[in-house]
Amino acid sequence: MAGQSDPHLSIFSAPELEFLAEDEMVEVVPNIRMEALHVICGDFGPFFPQIAKVPLWLALALKKRDKCTIRTPEWMSVERLTQVLEAERESPREFQPLPFHYVEISRLLFDHARDDIPDIYMVRSLIEDIRYVRFHKVETGLETISGRTHAVKLKNLSAMEVNIVRPFMVRALQAFYKHDSPQMIQQPQTMGSRRPQVVDRGSRRDLRPR
Amino acid sequence: MASGSGSGSERWSEDLETEVAMAMGTTDVELLKRAWRNEKAAPEILQFEAALVLRAREQIQLLEETVEEFTENGVDDLVVSLYQMDLDRSLFLLRSYLRIRLQKIEKYMIHISKTNLWNRLSEQEQRFAKSRCTDIMEKHLEQSVLSRLPYGYQSILKQSISSEEDDMVPEPQLDTFVFCKTKHAVGAFQLDDTGDEIVDLVADDLYVLRYKSIRGLVESGRIDLV
Repeated sequence: MAGQSDPHLSIFSAPELEFLAEDEMVEVVPNIRMEALHVICGDFGPFFPQIAKVPLWLALALKKRDKCTIRTPEWMSVERLTQVLEAERESPREFQPLPFHYVEISRLLFDHARDDIPDIYMVRSLIEDIRYVRFHKVETGLETISGRTHAVKLKNLSAMEVNIVRPFMVRALQAFYKHDSPQMIQQPQTMGSRRPQVVDRGSRRDLRPR
Repeated sequence: MASGSGSGSERWSEDLETEVAMAMGTTDVELLKRAWRNEKAAPEILQFEAALVLRAREQIQLLEETVEEFTENGVDDLVVSLYQMDLDRSLFLLRSYLRIRLQKIEKYMIHISKTNLWNRLSEQEQRFAKSRCTDIMEKHLEQSVLSRLPYGYQSILKQSISSEEDDMVPEPQLDTFVFCKTKHAVGAFQLDDTGDEIVDLVADDLYVLRYKSIRGLVESGRIDLV
């Protein structure tokens, strides 16, 4: 039902995240002709056998009825993903830019458009590796949360990763805030050598000098 | 619908709002999605988007009629099913948005009716909160428990007569941390009262902050909860 996902846990259920992801645009090549669609979220078409940009839900609906082929998004190619994976492995503090809904989009395409993805097994294993490396970074980052963390910066994290880590992170931060806050005011402001370190760390940093 | 069906000037500003939204390339669905996400992530109830909900309902109704027409005229099944999908998706957003708000109202009904959060409710929500929530709950608590407690402990709002504040009223946890993103850079932003915590909010970066600190930004629409 519409409002039944437990608001106390991850806020969004996985299907709800998928719902959000389905509004992302993809390119399709229809194999039929169809007149323009004027739906609430926009106007699409008219459709000829040439590349068209439509939302993912529309593309999947067409694909299920065999009315189009979906063009793999540019970021889902083997070369691009290999680059991203290497970059992820090389920078232990930063996350590489990926589409916000990359997990959901790739999952949906694997499920419904297998024949449209070249080298699908390679792509699949690359994406799994990327997810693994990124999540490992998230976990390592979680260890650095302390009482003096008043904000966390997570550049380039994706929707699914955010949702998974949200319950733990929120409760941890809150517990620290509750138990540590009277001490925060008394901490001496030691800047100096710590400053450069704060600037260095790209993805996650204590935004207050220790 | 009760709200938004007012005088001519209200109508005019609604149209202007739509035009502005269209000009900026945001459809009503996008706006509704944003309102839904913000409402889900925020611990307290946010301002009711009366104009947006009204417009969404009108568009959905229009689409429903279109779909009916199409089915009657025997338009291609595929086209009908695509329109139906979009209809279902928009309906889901609208319903989920309203349901989340109802959940929050049910949870914090007494707190909402006592503070200026009451103004964030739509007329129908206010009616719901008053007659279905607070009245019934008060009556129930009084009949089943409060009337049998010793004198001095019978209030719904206070633990005992000697309490200075209304400590029996559950309040939303404003100190909770939320994930958020800003569309445009906000720059150095002060998180707390003592000025110790300054965060540089860059556009499109994801932050985890205390809700209390960014309340004002959320209200003015400059920050989105994720």
